[in-house]
Amino acid sequence: MNEEKNSNHLAQARARLEGPDAPRFWQSVEELANTKLFRNFLENEFPANAESDRKTFSVDRREVLKLAAASAAIASMSACTKLPTEKIVPYAHPPEEIIPGRPLFYATSFPHHGVSTGVLVESHMGRPTKIEGNPEHPGSQGGTSVFMQASILDMYDPDRSQAVLHEGRVSTWADFTAAMGFIPTGARLRILTGTVTSPTLAWQIENLLKKFPQAKWHQWDPSGGQNVREGARLAFGRPVQTVYRFDQADVILSLDADFLVNGSGYVRHSRDFARRRDLAAGPSSRLNRLYVAESMLTSTGAVADHRLALRSSDIDDLVRRLAAAAGVAVPPSANASAKIPSGWVSTVLRDLNAHPGASIVVAGEHQPPLVHALAHAINEKLGNVGKTVIYTEPLEARPVDQLDSLGDLVGDLKSGQAELLLVLGGNPVYNAPADFEFESALHDAIAANTLKLFIHSGLYNDETSEYAHWHVPATHYLESWSDGRAYDGTVGILQPLIAPLYDSHSAHEMIALFTGDSGTSPHDMVRSYWQSQRPERGKAFEDFWETSLHDGLMARSALPAIAVPVRADFVSQGGSQTASDPNQLEVVFRPDPAVDDGEYANNGWLQETPRPITRFTWDNAALMSPATAEQHNLSSGSYVMLRLGGRTVQAGVFVVPGHADNSVTLHLGYGRRRSGQVGTGPGFNAYLLRTSRAPWIARGLEIESTGKTYSFATVQFQYTIDVAGHPADEESVNAFNRHRDLVRIATMEEFRKNPDFARNPELEPDQSIYPQIPYDSYRWGMSIDLNRCIGCNACLTACVAENNIATVGKDQVARGRMMHWIRIDTYFQGGLENPTAYFEPTPCMQCENAPCEYVCPVGATTHSSEGLNDMVYNRCVGTRYCSNNCPYKVRRFNFYLFSDYTTPSLYGVRNPNVTVRSRGVMEKCTYCVQRINAAKIRAEEENRTVRDGEIVTACQAACPTEAIIFGDINDPGSRVSRLKAQSRNYGLLEDLNTRPRTTYLARVLNPNPEMTG
Amino acid sequence: MASVGSHQPEPLIGPGHTFETVTDKISSIVLTRGTTPGWVFGFFIAFCLLMLLNLVITLLMIKGVGIWGIKIPTAWGFAIVNFVWWIGIGHAGTLISAILLLLHQTWRTSINRFAEAMTIFAVMCAGMFPLLHMGRPWLFYYLMPYPNPMWLWPQFRSPLVWDVFAVSTYFTVSVLFWFVGLIPDLATLRDRAKNKASQIIYGILALGWRGSAVHWSRYEMASLLLAGLATPLVLSVHTVVSFDFTIGIIPGWHSTIFPPYFVAGAIYSGFAMVLTLAIPIRRVYHLEDLVTERHLDIMAKVMLATGLIVTYGYISETFMAFYGGNEYERYMMMNRLAGPYAHLYWLLISCNLLIPQSLWSRRLRHSIPWLFFISLVVNMGMWLERFVIVVVSLHRDFLPSSWAMYYPTRWDWATYLGTFGLFFFFFYLFLRFLPMISIVEVRALVHETSEEQVHT
Repeated sequence: MNEEKNSNHLAQARARLEGPDAPRFWQSVEELANTKLFRNFLENEFPANAESDRKTFSVDRREVLKLAAASAAIASMSACTKLPTEKIVPYAHPPEEIIPGRPLFYATSFPHHGVSTGVLVESHMGRPTKIEGNPEHPGSQGGTSVFMQASILDMYDPDRSQAVLHEGRVSTWADFTAAMGFIPTGARLRILTGTVTSPTLAWQIENLLKKFPQAKWHQWDPSGGQNVREGARLAFGRPVQTVYRFDQADVILSLDADFLVNGSGYVRHSRDFARRRDLAAGPSSRLNRLYVAESMLTSTGAVADHRLALRSSDIDDLVRRLAAAAGVAVPPSANASAKIPSGWVSTVLRDLNAHPGASIVVAGEHQPPLVHALAHAINEKLGNVGKTVIYTEPLEARPVDQLDSLGDLVGDLKSGQAELLLVLGGNPVYNAPADFEFESALHDAIAANTLKLFIHSGLYNDETSEYAHWHVPATHYLESWSDGRAYDGTVGILQPLIAPLYDSHSAHEMIALFTGDSGTSPHDMVRSYWQSQRPERGKAFEDFWETSLHDGLMARSALPAIAVPVRADFVSQGGSQTASDPNQLEVVFRPDPAVDDGEYANNGWLQETPRPITRFTWDNAALMSPATAEQHNLSSGSYVMLRLGGRTVQAGVFVVPGHADNSVTLHLGYGRRRSGQVGTGPGFNAYLLRTSRAPWIARGLEIESTGKTYSFATVQFQYTIDVAGHPADEESVNAFNRHRDLVRIATMEEFRKNPDFARNPELEPDQSIYPQIPYDSYRWGMSIDLNRCIGCNACLTACVAENNIATVGKDQVARGRMMHWIRIDTYFQGGLENPTAYFEPTPCMQCENAPCEYVCPVGATTHSSEGLNDMVYNRCVGTRYCSNNCPYKVRRFNFYLFSDYTTPSLYGVRNPNVTVRSRGVMEKCTYCVQRINAAKIRAEEENRTVRDGEIVTACQAACPTEAIIFGDINDPGSRVSRLKAQSRNYGLLEDLNTRPRTTYLARVLNPNPEMTG
Repeated sequence: MASVGSHQPEPLIGPGHTFETVTDKISSIVLTRGTTPGWVFGFFIAFCLLMLLNLVITLLMIKGVGIWGIKIPTAWGFAIVNFVWWIGIGHAGTLISAILLLLHQTWRTSINRFAEAMTIFAVMCAGMFPLLHMGRPWLFYYLMPYPNPMWLWPQFRSPLVWDVFAVSTYFTVSVLFWFVGLIPDLATLRDRAKNKASQIIYGILALGWRGSAVHWSRYEMASLLLAGLATPLVLSVHTVVSFDFTIGIIPGWHSTIFPPYFVAGAIYSGFAMVLTLAIPIRRVYHLEDLVTERHLDIMAKVMLATGLIVTYGYISETFMAFYGGNEYERYMMMNRLAGPYAHLYWLLISCNLLIPQSLWSRRLRHSIPWLFFISLVVNMGMWLERFVIVVVSLHRDFLPSSWAMYYPTRWDWATYLGTFGLFFFFFYLFLRFLPMISIVEVRALVHETSEEQVHT
């Protein structure tokens, strides 16, 4: 009988191991079978675990905090027992430069997929709080992106890995270095990094490879420019970096490229592009013209003059037709697309040809290498090379085919060739192509003891570190010395703003352990490398080094242009093409606009950033067109099973107007298993469908409804799109379209005919019975140019960072309680198939006749003498009447205690000049009043008035396209006054007589008169 | 007082009543009837609901107003709907006792006492909401003009400050009026009470009333003065409450018709609530000969009249929305008529406008079950009206980008139910320990009625 019972257990255990939620580690059959006997045993043995075993592992946030607090208390107790032996220095003479209350700015560089972008970091008393663009840096010119803005939160993330772990137990760096000392130089060491452009790190790794002759260096970046690199290799026979000069281009054709928010140099691209959308000269301005063919409606597609909704896999046909017409010898596509309108290619080509040397054809990062190669060939034919398209040596120290590189590593793991694996900053268990089966290869290699030592270094204790013998916390870029190259090759030095918060170590230190330089500090490593590379010696080098640190870049270090002719036979080198059924459903993988490839999954600011166009937060989705949803009998909120090549994943459906039909876009970076309190959980893991054969675009996706529903936390009212594909609520659509005139638009032709098109006499303000308040000193105002806005959310994230705005979580966003002080309202015009999207950033309008002010019973929102609607948090009792009466609904309320008062590490990220709001208090955009006052104090000290441009609001500073301009409108010469004097200037809801200080410049499109639609 | 013409009104008081029987009948409910199981059962339910309110308030203080369904753009939800609803109910009592006193409407005597009690308890319920709905209720005193070293005053342009004054004054005057009216009856109870405790407590509350001519003269004067004070308040409270909306610029709020329309609506719902309470009470306590069918008939007529004023308000609002040519107003009305909350609007129209038209029929006015049903329907209709005004106006205003749906949470419902607990908790205590009908005034009525009979 006993035996029978046992075999029963085995069957249960086997079933559980084969089941979908099989545990990776287990201890006994009883445990695995989860029998009653075992549970009884557990209850008797460990009474604390008496609840269901599932529950014991779901520690909630509060519990984590309690544990953290307890551990901090214990840690401090232990600190009491032992006094530090070092000498301490009294603060009798303050350190040079530091004046309490006045921030310092340091230049450093922000690395993203290997490309570094210059930033200036605001530091309060040695504590970095805010990131701004570096105006001197070619990759930024002062602009920033969501990732740059939010990256500061990562440094203070309480979930960061904080201690060296050995076999999962807390250890020390000293123990780790001691253990590394025993590694023989003959070891078969494998190093896995991301894309490395850091000259110092590359030099160190090369040294290591010399010392360990059996070692290999692999690179894997799941969403980097793999295809860009391979496309260049295909076209030119060697990898090169392509630098686009969008400011020089009159006509741009984007082939599925979201070049304004994605890819190398995107911040600079935005700035250059926006410069050519400037209408300062009125109707005589010369705008560029942007054609976009893309599947998912992106920011770039939304600002296009002509957008063609085309499946990503149909771009191949489009580019072949265009190339053939431009004179490139290329056979027609095996997969001809019926969706390309006749005449589209010839019209675009005529326009491109009409601007020789002043046009750009740019292919999307996820398009296959051949599309990139053909784009290069077309650019060459159009005479753009050397003018708008410049080639340089690659940024990467060692440009490799990363799919091959990672494939090699997996091969070595499987064959037992890898003896020692060092992963520097990657998370391949999570993001390697599914067909590589990286996780099982790693698991088997460890189990078989062929992989004797696995060392992981990263910011987080993640999916990969779970397997590591040693896990070493990595330093954040704001804590470490390093260097890197910008999109044009300019070298930027990363200098630390703060000593590492935890026992963390940079990649330089990790490599140094093996090369025997472990005594050298990271600073000395970077400095001595450049000392060996630069011609300057002695004092000259000191000066050079100081200047480079101060400026954040090495002057004139951009890579020089090189001449690389397109190979004649590149098309045939690109391999043969196989025809596939055109009716097959296509799937496109793209990095998420907010959490990217998953790197930022634990960043609450980014999670809560509404995605452009879709406007949902905290999720990814199966994005598809209304027609495709209709065809599969789905709608937004359906929960489906996606099947691709035998692999499945379950996802929520979100219908996106303007998405190409018969195509599904999946954003990567979600469904993290081990990320942190924020990142673990939300969304689904699209990597599970992604293979090395088709890492970006695949055909043959099957969708199957599960019958369940999924709820998205969107921040903007969505027209309910029913199954028939039509807005269910016609009336609400009409309400916007008919008379409200919130977004004012014209074509260039209309603008020339009627420069005052943005004026709507019906909506002009009326006379007020109250006398006009005199504003004698300053009169702050803001102008937002809708022609420049690309809806990238940089302003929103910058505002969150500057103004200590709380993150509320998905549930609260779904309940309409997001706290953002500026939002990017998105409106669509035209049919669901291919509407034009309009972005309208909406901060507080700072009305002169503010409806919020007179209804507050306690005078908590008052009018300043300079015309700001000030919020007095101390005085606010939270009646919320002001919000009800705000016609723009820009006020935000602390329905709960949204600000985190309990996590000590988050204290550091707060701007000390902005109150952290408590529960029950209303808040809203202040025009960054702390910045205004700082500038006024400075001006008063110098006995002058504030100069134009001296005050830059956080949103303005962050904006990569300079769409937002703030200043004194009493000064007729100020930039904002001149913008408001433009004929395109209009205010929102001016007929309500609110007299908004924030006004908009109407959008002007520049369509090709030869093209219809 | 002779009746006019040939139309003989039904008597306001059953036949055969003398001073003695009236006093006996009313005071015995308090003094000799004792605590019945029915009363205990009702009181227990009210107490449970009161404890639910207690729970909600505790949670609200610990966590914040986020437990409710409010959000941006609908930053006001159930709390304000309930506030306006309760304060509307609190209109009938003072109207009956003050305005009708000044107008010499003798029929008011049998119902004014419990209508006034209802008013006070309803205003208590109403008064809780503005406090509870605040983000930081512990700072409620910022709304009052109190001396402070910073010389900070409330912001007097805000209607919420006017609310504080209007509601607190109304509550104070209502309580005073009610208590002054109670004094002679408390003295009666003191004199008739058999046990010591009752004698002492009623004795203290009776303030030494001996029934001397001077006492009576002072009493009459005080009642008249308080009635004079209360009369404008009846009109002003709901006018001020309506300012909370009209002062705002939100379509659906910004309307000049609100003050009269709100006052009429308040009286409408107030009388409905009096009927809701009076019909079961007269049955349970066998007071059919004191609260006669004539009373019910008159109240039904008042409801019909105020209901028609409210109807006029709806028609005018709808007409102006289209006639005014304002895009936002027009959309607001379309959204009411056909938007996502249209079913509530049409339910409101049925409750407040269509079903009460049956009161034109004398037969239905005398059907007590039907009257009771109508009173409930009107109560619900008036609640829906406030929901439509507060929520449906806010949820879609000017910028379509900020439109959203409002869904109440279970805590919204719990708060609402909890105030019923508060209301009925006090009301049950009132029924048990105080004379629910004014002995003094009914005795005066007996006197007048007998005189009438003598004259005819």
